[in-house]
Amino acid sequence: MEMVKTVVRVGIADMNIVREPDTIRTSGLGSCVGVVLYDERRKIAGMVHVMLPDSSLGKGDSINVAKFADTGIYSLMEQLKVEGVRPMSLKAKIAGGSQMFQFGSGDTVRIGPRNVEAVKKELARLSIPLVAEDTGGSNGRTIEFDPAVGTLQVRTVNTGTMEI
Amino acid sequence: MRMKTELNISDMHLDVLKEIGNIGAAHAATSLSELLQRKIDMHVPKVALVSFDDMFELAGGSENVVVGIFLRIEGDLSGSMFFVLPIDSANRFIRRLIGDPQFDFSTPESIGEIGISAMQELGNILSGSYLSALSDFTGLKIYPTVPSLSVDMVGAIVSFGLIEVSHYSDEVIVIDTKIVEEDENDKSVDGHFFLLPDPPSYITIFKSLGVM
Repeated sequence: MEMVKTVVRVGIADMNIVREPDTIRTSGLGSCVGVVLYDERRKIAGMVHVMLPDSSLGKGDSINVAKFADTGIYSLMEQLKVEGVRPMSLKAKIAGGSQMFQFGSGDTVRIGPRNVEAVKKELARLSIPLVAEDTGGSNGRTIEFDPAVGTLQVRTVNTGTMEI
Repeated sequence: MRMKTELNISDMHLDVLKEIGNIGAAHAATSLSELLQRKIDMHVPKVALVSFDDMFELAGGSENVVVGIFLRIEGDLSGSMFFVLPIDSANRFIRRLIGDPQFDFSTPESIGEIGISAMQELGNILSGSYLSALSDFTGLKIYPTVPSLSVDMVGAIVSFGLIEVSHYSDEVIVIDTKIVEEDENDKSVDGHFFLLPDPPSYITIFKSLGVM
């Protein structure tokens, strides 16, 4: 019997998990960073769409963990652990972190590069190897990860689609 | 600052913002009509507290490719402003403005300095007329920054203006004005004009109008 593939969508400041044959996708990344954590052998992956570098920047009453690089990556790893994944077997691929405009308010101008730095720092802290990235520049990206083969498709408006 | 405990946004507050949007939009429509020598209508704005993903949906979805003009508001108020147009509408406006029927935003190498300047000028005129009306109405000093242009996905463009808001919340108050070119055959929406005040500015606006 043929398996039906579902594309699981991840919104901005959101996260989710998929198993093969499903894929996981987030669209319109600008300064945000899409982080994929996956286990090649178990063919399971999680994706978080990070908007801000650090949860200490939060000024609201409650914290949406998926919004920040530090809390987002950590809780994605925790969710994968609940699914039976060992942190040791996780690898990461990331995309995004553009500088869409050359101005903004204060710190927001460099928010893209800062998000990328924060994501790498958190991955290093959790000892998750970063095996591929497509970051920086000044363009938007839509990404889709296929846990069956471990590839991340990156689509941009001007340069089409590539795989990392 | 903790927004949720300090500020309960009621329907009355949203109505006040709608009135502000109305006044701004009327001025902006007049300016745009004069510039393009065409009757341009701006619909009564929609004001709502929406999630970030819903905000992208208002502009056609996060992956939709648009011509976006972004500028920041400074002065007594701070916030972000976006002028988001489908490629076709932006092409039509700019072709008319610069008299070049070949101009096309979907081929980046052909855009050129003149096209970019014309689009930025369009943004300048729209935001300037919108904000001066807003300033007159509220008595607040409001200055727009120089507009910046990007042809890309809605999510990539508009999320940049949500960064400030995202420090406080996962929802944003959006004042969304639809831009429609009046044509006997075609009443399709040509674009959107978004005003996104930074959360600390909500209070400033409401106080200036005596509703807080």
